[in-house]
Amino acid sequence: MTARDLIPIAVLTVLAALLPLVVTSSLVLNFLVFMLIVALGAQGWNILGGFGGQFSFGHAAFFGTGAYVTAILQLRYGVNAWAGLVLAVAAGAAVGWVIGFLSFRSRLRGSYFALVTLAFAEVFRIIANAASFTGGAAGLLIKLDVRAANLQFDDRAVFYWLVLAFVVSVLLLTRWIQRSRFGAQLVAVRENEDAAKALGVNALTVKLRAIALSGGVTALSGCLYAQYFLYIDANIAYGSWISVELLLAPIIGGVGTVFGPVVGALTLHGLGEVAKQFAGRIPGIDLIVFGGVLVLAVAFARGGILGLLERLRDRGRGMVTRGPKEVSHAGR
Amino acid sequence: MYSPQIILEAALNGLMTGAVYALIALGLTLIYGVLHIINFAHGALLTCAMFAVWVAWAWLGMDPYLAILPLVPLMFVLGYGLQRFVIGPASHGDDGNILLVTLGLSIVLENVLLAVFQSDTRTLDTDYSFQVVALGPLLLSYPRLIGLGVAVVVTGLLWLVLNRTDTGKAIRAVAKEKLGANLVGIDVPHVYAVTFGLGCACLAVAAGLLMPTFYVNPRIGGAFVLVAFTVVVLGGMGSLPGALLGGLFIGVVESLCGLFLGDSLGQIGIFLIFIAVLLVRPTGLFGAKA
Repeated sequence: MTARDLIPIAVLTVLAALLPLVVTSSLVLNFLVFMLIVALGAQGWNILGGFGGQFSFGHAAFFGTGAYVTAILQLRYGVNAWAGLVLAVAAGAAVGWVIGFLSFRSRLRGSYFALVTLAFAEVFRIIANAASFTGGAAGLLIKLDVRAANLQFDDRAVFYWLVLAFVVSVLLLTRWIQRSRFGAQLVAVRENEDAAKALGVNALTVKLRAIALSGGVTALSGCLYAQYFLYIDANIAYGSWISVELLLAPIIGGVGTVFGPVVGALTLHGLGEVAKQFAGRIPGIDLIVFGGVLVLAVAFARGGILGLLERLRDRGRGMVTRGPKEVSHAGR
Repeated sequence: MYSPQIILEAALNGLMTGAVYALIALGLTLIYGVLHIINFAHGALLTCAMFAVWVAWAWLGMDPYLAILPLVPLMFVLGYGLQRFVIGPASHGDDGNILLVTLGLSIVLENVLLAVFQSDTRTLDTDYSFQVVALGPLLLSYPRLIGLGVAVVVTGLLWLVLNRTDTGKAIRAVAKEKLGANLVGIDVPHVYAVTFGLGCACLAVAAGLLMPTFYVNPRIGGAFVLVAFTVVVLGGMGSLPGALLGGLFIGVVESLCGLFLGDSLGQIGIFLIFIAVLLVRPTGLFGAKA
């Protein structure tokens, strides 16, 4: 990583960190925290889906694991919330590794991989919904006890800064992946697995590392969700809505880019809020917008918003316009 | 312990539910076999068809079975239009894109239905909804028996269309070799859209068969689509007999799991089979090629 790599991240961090000093409305802060939690989980998806080209339709499996591990450890075993956070990340990475091991070893790719991840998430949801250990259909309520040691804060801004710190850490991690040998191998596997193998890349190991990292990061976002809202149930933690959100944000923002998931999450939820303002009484209006934006993004902006901006910039500089970045996810 | 009669009855009931699963899966597997895409919007399209049946009953007083007749061409046109004017152009022929476009479509369709019909669960009642037929000591639900019969007939018809008509020949040609089919003058985008339309028409039949005994709400499609994926994967992607047998089998598994494990865990058997088949034999039981 060079200084040039870090400057955009540093600028963004400072600007975002100053935001709570300007914005005091708890409604807006709430929105920002939720948006950042989604962005964090989407960053996790992006490591596997964006850089690795393995489209998961079931990242809820990791999000929910993070949320449930942190809640259950505190409620049933009295484990400290911060320790719970670390263990939640470890659990997410472990679940990721196991799902990855099972599916990559069977050479599932493309649509098949999407389907199997979807099925794993559903199995987790059904079990969490039925087992008494996970609170069953009633869900789990984390006891309100506002102390920093419990990862609960009086001031929403503090939680905002905490989530922001994690988002920035993952931005750095992603930037590192992008510049590292591991990242290069991962992209090689995405572009052409057979060619990568022929060049001596151990595709299975690379993909397993990616899904474990991805699972860990997404579990972190699930854990933060549980700590912020202090309530989870199977349909929240393992529901398909979160799988879809985590996939939408990077696709809209710019798949396989460092900032894509954050840009995408901000855009989607921004648009969702605007739609609710205009047509608040219509249920599901924000989701109609999400779906429509997804179709439009795939049709007209393959590189997402960041891809569009890049093309505009190139055109502005009078450079030869390039076509949309060709990313092949074919894998039958 | 359960008496053999209860188990047999559960298995037969499952078989009849499975027939409707098979119909849903038939559309999915046909689309997969020809376009090589997984249609994530299948569930949402089924929900659309189910609401259409409900509307025909609630507003026009039309019998759900009778509603199938106008609904089949309507759904065909809808599917044709979606593939021709939305999915095809938007996805630039890339698999990953098609997954995303159909996912986006399903989100839009589901939430438009939510906006129009709210999240209430609706049912319709006919005088035969709870009618039973006695088969020896076993009592079988009359509408479900109809479902089984119609599903078998529709599978047969679809097989005839694919194997005995020119359109069917073109569809099979495109499925085998897109480029070659194009060279001999087959309009590939048209065939794609016809296939998609046929898949949606299957949903119209499934919706009509489901509604007398089932309910509808905007989210109902999701429950069916995962089952349909399982059926398709189990039967082999693109195989019509595979979809029929897979559907019947999954119906029995679900019914028996529900009997032994209780309703909340009943569906887990389906997903475990799904994962196991994907991991061990992703070509399915009847799939010819990977």
